[in-house]
Amino acid sequence: MEALDTLILSRIQFAANISFHILFPTITIALGWVLFFFRVRFAQTADAKWMDAYRFWVKIFALSFAMGVVSGITMSFQFGTNWPGFMETVGNIAGPLLAYEVLTAFFLEAVFIGIMLFGFSRVPGWLHMLATFLVAFGTTVSAFWIIVLNSWMHTPQGFEMIDGVAFATDWWAIIFNPSMPYRFAHMWIASGLTVSFLIAGVSAFRWLLGDRSRDVRIALKTGVTLAALLIPVQIFLGDLHGLNTKEYQPQKVAAMEGLWETSSNVPLLLFALPDEDARENHYEVGIPGLASLILTHSWDGELQGLNEFVAEDGTVMHPPVAMVFWSFRTMVGTGTAMLLLSWTAVFLMWKRRRMHADPSRRHWLAVEGLPKPVLWALVPMAFSGWVATLAGWYTTEIGRQPWLVQGVMTTEMAVADVPAPMVAGTLVGYLIAYGVLLFAYISVVVYLARKAARGDDGRANDMSHSGKAQVEILTPAE
Amino acid sequence: MFPDFANPAEWLPWAFASLMGFSILVYVILDGFDLGVGILFPFAEDAEKDRMIGSIGPFWDANETWLVLAVGLLLVAFPSAHGLILTSLYLPVFVMLIGLILRGVAFEFRAKAHAKHKKLWNNLFFIGSTMTALSQGFMLGLYIMGLEQTWATYAFAALTALFLTVGYSFIGATWLIHKTEDGLQLKSVQWAREALWGVILGIGAVSLATPLVSARIFDRWLQFPEALWLAPIPIISGLLVLWLWRMVRQMPYPGDVRSWLPFAVATGLFALAYIGLAYSFYPYVVPERLTIYEAAAAPESLFIILVGACFVVPVIAGYSVLAYTIFRGKATELRYD
Repeated sequence: MEALDTLILSRIQFAANISFHILFPTITIALGWVLFFFRVRFAQTADAKWMDAYRFWVKIFALSFAMGVVSGITMSFQFGTNWPGFMETVGNIAGPLLAYEVLTAFFLEAVFIGIMLFGFSRVPGWLHMLATFLVAFGTTVSAFWIIVLNSWMHTPQGFEMIDGVAFATDWWAIIFNPSMPYRFAHMWIASGLTVSFLIAGVSAFRWLLGDRSRDVRIALKTGVTLAALLIPVQIFLGDLHGLNTKEYQPQKVAAMEGLWETSSNVPLLLFALPDEDARENHYEVGIPGLASLILTHSWDGELQGLNEFVAEDGTVMHPPVAMVFWSFRTMVGTGTAMLLLSWTAVFLMWKRRRMHADPSRRHWLAVEGLPKPVLWALVPMAFSGWVATLAGWYTTEIGRQPWLVQGVMTTEMAVADVPAPMVAGTLVGYLIAYGVLLFAYISVVVYLARKAARGDDGRANDMSHSGKAQVEILTPAE
Repeated sequence: MFPDFANPAEWLPWAFASLMGFSILVYVILDGFDLGVGILFPFAEDAEKDRMIGSIGPFWDANETWLVLAVGLLLVAFPSAHGLILTSLYLPVFVMLIGLILRGVAFEFRAKAHAKHKKLWNNLFFIGSTMTALSQGFMLGLYIMGLEQTWATYAFAALTALFLTVGYSFIGATWLIHKTEDGLQLKSVQWAREALWGVILGIGAVSLATPLVSARIFDRWLQFPEALWLAPIPIISGLLVLWLWRMVRQMPYPGDVRSWLPFAVATGLFALAYIGLAYSFYPYVVPERLTIYEAAAAPESLFIILVGACFVVPVIAGYSVLAYTIFRGKATELRYD
């Protein structure tokens, strides 16, 4: 019983650490590229609005980057403190992948972030632009290696087991394992969506505070347009990823669909309460045949059910159903809201495009087209990317259980023999720290937005159209 | 001392132990100085604090990455040692991680949050830096004691925790001597004077304790003729201490010449102390329990990493030098434009 307690507590601790950590790389991976875009546009046009947008968002980037770095250090220690069995069994595979992440990405980002943040007036323009590029590139490379390792844990290949230890036989097969391309693309676009909604939400908030500066205008347009472009790509990629999972981890797909018995013409469940003791669902509401259609491209395609993954002796070799089922629905639901909102916003902005007399200065999208309810809807959606990303990761990672490395080792095999109270105590410590920091992070993002809307963040942009009177009404007296 | 270079199962673990040792040393010196600046934070005026942050702001992130590399190398090259060491050091590791988190985010929050919260983040910056230094010193002490957990080893670890913290504040003060001017520089010289005592006591305590804990280490240092070859390490260390002592009595020199010298000499001293320690424990990665050869991962995997490291480490060194060159000279207030 002692071992089980330590196991569950260690899993919660790892989940807490990695959930907190992933929030920030999810922002920095894509925000780095958006900043690079702003920086390049400034170099091309010499228009101060691009640099103003850059300066505002680079602050949020710096903050997110620091949060990502420090929470990431925790991850590198967690392997040893809580999961020594992982590296002892698959260290020969995981080791080089993690080492390459540190060597090729961490140092690149960490060194050039200094130049990117503080070097604008100290280095030539091209070097500052290069530093911005290298930081964005570094975050992407870092994500690549970590996703390679994660994907290998879902779809391992290119190795052989000798005396219970994995040895690499084919590095090409390890790196380009079957789920890697889908997972990497899915995560990369998830980061893009998170950032586009963050930019759109924060800019909408500034707009609602009466900030009419030109940088908030382009940021809002960039955010909403990027969101509208990425969301269909993401839905398509998600579908491909699902098909890949069906092939390699059918038990995960069965849990996502809440399907107990192998059957054809499987409904897409909109609502259900999976009951693992009774091994059935309560209060099912579904669309007949749709799950079969999505996953097999045929209305009466057959899908494997969860009951196939119970051993003769009753050992359950499929993941906990309700958590996977609901995580998946949270992700899809958030994605649907993203689709509706971003397309509505782009459509409204396009409808109100300014028909400038001079066609060369005609804007395709006009921020004025956005009515207040849409702007207000964008504000809480600023962090919708976090919700969808976490829900997606919960789906795939809880969906991998009870395996740590699919078919090679279970999570239970890797856990450290540390007293449960010690794991529980440190877990509480981490949770308190993370709660406080998350609150501080969001507060500072809001504070920076308010400060920028007041116009006292030292932008070069003129504030003649900034609607200062409105700002004063909306900003509480301090 | 040196492995058989014809046998990959011998020279690869040796190469990785060297690489890991190098990363830890670079980490101790680089993050040592910026943690030290954090430890000295409460002793400075508010205006000086911004300048102190300015002296480490562009570097701290890269400095900390050496820790990730060091623990990463332990993880990938010596997986079983990684598990054994980190489960034994479970609580100090937790304290260090919380400290690193607090310190790292305080950098950003103190500059970006509302001005009325700045004091809070300044305090957290100090607390985080100090927690990190104390826990690292505590881990060092337990490691020297062979990861034995008794009241006596805890007491020794508490002592090393204190000494390492003072040691970091010393190297932090020497960094500030180089990066600051006027009043803050005078203060930094004063801090260095006071902290130097901690460095002397710390190196002394560790040098006395290691041979007493293990007969093997005792023999290694005090047997003829090896002792002759090793004699330069304590002798040069002693001379460096004297040199530092003289410098911090007299600094700042007129015209601020050689303001970099105390930091450079302190680096030399830290490096010597570290090499002495590494020599004591070689070839063990877990003291008296597991050698680097027993704990090493498969040679094929190590080789793959080494090939990458040979290409990448010089590049990392190159762009680190670039960053230090760009932000050379006296620290200024950090600005994004």
